[in-house]
Amino acid sequence: MAYSDKIIDHYQNPRNVGSLDGNARNVGTGIVGAPECGDVMKLQIQVDEQDRIVDAKFKTFGCGSAIASSSLATEWVKGRTLDEALQIKNTDIVQELALPPVKIHCSVLAEDAVRAAIADVKQKKEQASPRPAGAAAR
Amino acid sequence: MRSIYLDNNATTPVDPRVLDAMLPYFREHFGNAASRNHRYGWVAEEAVEKAREQVAGVIGASSKEIIWTSGSTEGNNTAILGVARMYADKGRHIITCRIEHKAVIDPCKFLESEGFEVTWLEPDRSGRVRMEDLRQAMRDDTILVSLMFANNELGTINPIAEIGALCKERGVIFHTDATQAFGKVPIDVEAMGIDLLTLSAHKMYGPKGVGALYVRRKKPRVRLQPIIHGGGHERGMRSGTLNVPGIVGCGAAAELCRKEMPTESVRIARLRDRLWAGLSEHLTDVSINGNLEHRLPNTLNVSFLYVEGESMMMGMGDIAVSSGSACTSASLEPSYVLKGLGLGDDLAHSSIRFSLGRFTTQEDIDETIKRVVSAVNHLREMSPLYEMAQQGIDLSKVQWQRH
Repeated sequence: MAYSDKIIDHYQNPRNVGSLDGNARNVGTGIVGAPECGDVMKLQIQVDEQDRIVDAKFKTFGCGSAIASSSLATEWVKGRTLDEALQIKNTDIVQELALPPVKIHCSVLAEDAVRAAIADVKQKKEQASPRPAGAAAR
Repeated sequence: MRSIYLDNNATTPVDPRVLDAMLPYFREHFGNAASRNHRYGWVAEEAVEKAREQVAGVIGASSKEIIWTSGSTEGNNTAILGVARMYADKGRHIITCRIEHKAVIDPCKFLESEGFEVTWLEPDRSGRVRMEDLRQAMRDDTILVSLMFANNELGTINPIAEIGALCKERGVIFHTDATQAFGKVPIDVEAMGIDLLTLSAHKMYGPKGVGALYVRRKKPRVRLQPIIHGGGHERGMRSGTLNVPGIVGCGAAAELCRKEMPTESVRIARLRDRLWAGLSEHLTDVSINGNLEHRLPNTLNVSFLYVEGESMMMGMGDIAVSSGSACTSASLEPSYVLKGLGLGDDLAHSSIRFSLGRFTTQEDIDETIKRVVSAVNHLREMSPLYEMAQQGIDLSKVQWQRH
């Protein structure tokens, strides 16, 4: 099975490899997959006050298609609001990278990683925001 | 980028000397070896008999004990199904191992469905069968032990002579799939007590689609019920018009292996050791899978921790190797051989098999080291597992989000 040029490009020149401070209040981290399954993706997003994603980083253990899927996902989430980023579908990734059927799970994993990162940053924001009246102060 | 072939356990190129020997049997000597009444047939038959001697000569057998096949899958099926059906009234128990090639595992599974009982031995962590396990698995109704000479993924060599001696003592037929070992390490069917031995031409610089099965004729005389019925060729054990050019190639390839083994095995082992020395010098967290003492000279199976096998292959440029990773196979299952060692699936996903051969040069090895080191570094840079390990996180204790 030959790789598409886009997969090779993302593999050779991955966009946004790296890590953000996972403890920061405005950073969300999603880690999905398992080593024994052959792929683990870590995807992080940093948001501004308006919930717009200003930075994204990834690290991936997996095949070339998994690396390319997560690299592409970081490119796509940047500049979007959290709600807009939730619109990214694995099928868009499949189409953009021309993933063969056996590699569709790589795109699913990338979508899951984006969702997990968004859920994480949303949860942090909820915890940090002022509680509704009546809630016990911490 | 220059292409480098390090997948000789999958298949080897045909040696030009082998091809030269074969060509006349496509052209002027095209006769059917079974044509007993004209010169075309005699010439073909003579060539087939010469090849039989050449193959027998590698394993200390007599040429009368060699049956031609289409390759090792057929050879293993012929041996295992043939013994089971011929000796079924003596017993219906077979012993083999979990990390055998599929061409042994699947006929054994098939026999299970026909009511035979199979004991599946677990290898030790280096891929060797333990003699104690085999001894304990033997029963009064055991009719066949089938254990490979050397493992295709690991290169680990089984204690063949000990297995042969135990089988003799217990009166059990011993079959060994020697596809990877034939022509690479010395084999003697007498000294090792082997009753049936499978080999294939395309793993030893011969053509694809031809192989042989050694069937012992004396002490004991092994009989097989054929799986292919027809004109009664090959002493009735394998009917079908002989593939004369292929057989000539198999014989010529075997002869070259026999002659060159003393020098070639040393040269190739030296290159393999150079490869390992280079990899382990420039990379941390690498380990060899398989046995370090009992092994083929040409095979090196390495796990590169925190890096997935297929992505490594992608990063090496045009170097042909095999990976135990799920992603390289159609089944999406990681190597059952590496899993069978009990090392954990993550090691299987991170493994690469380098199998060297007659045409591997020192330049190939040095270039491979360079490209592998650079690919591993590139990938570790973007591996979350490597990052976590550097931070001192125990990966086995992490709660992963399986999907």
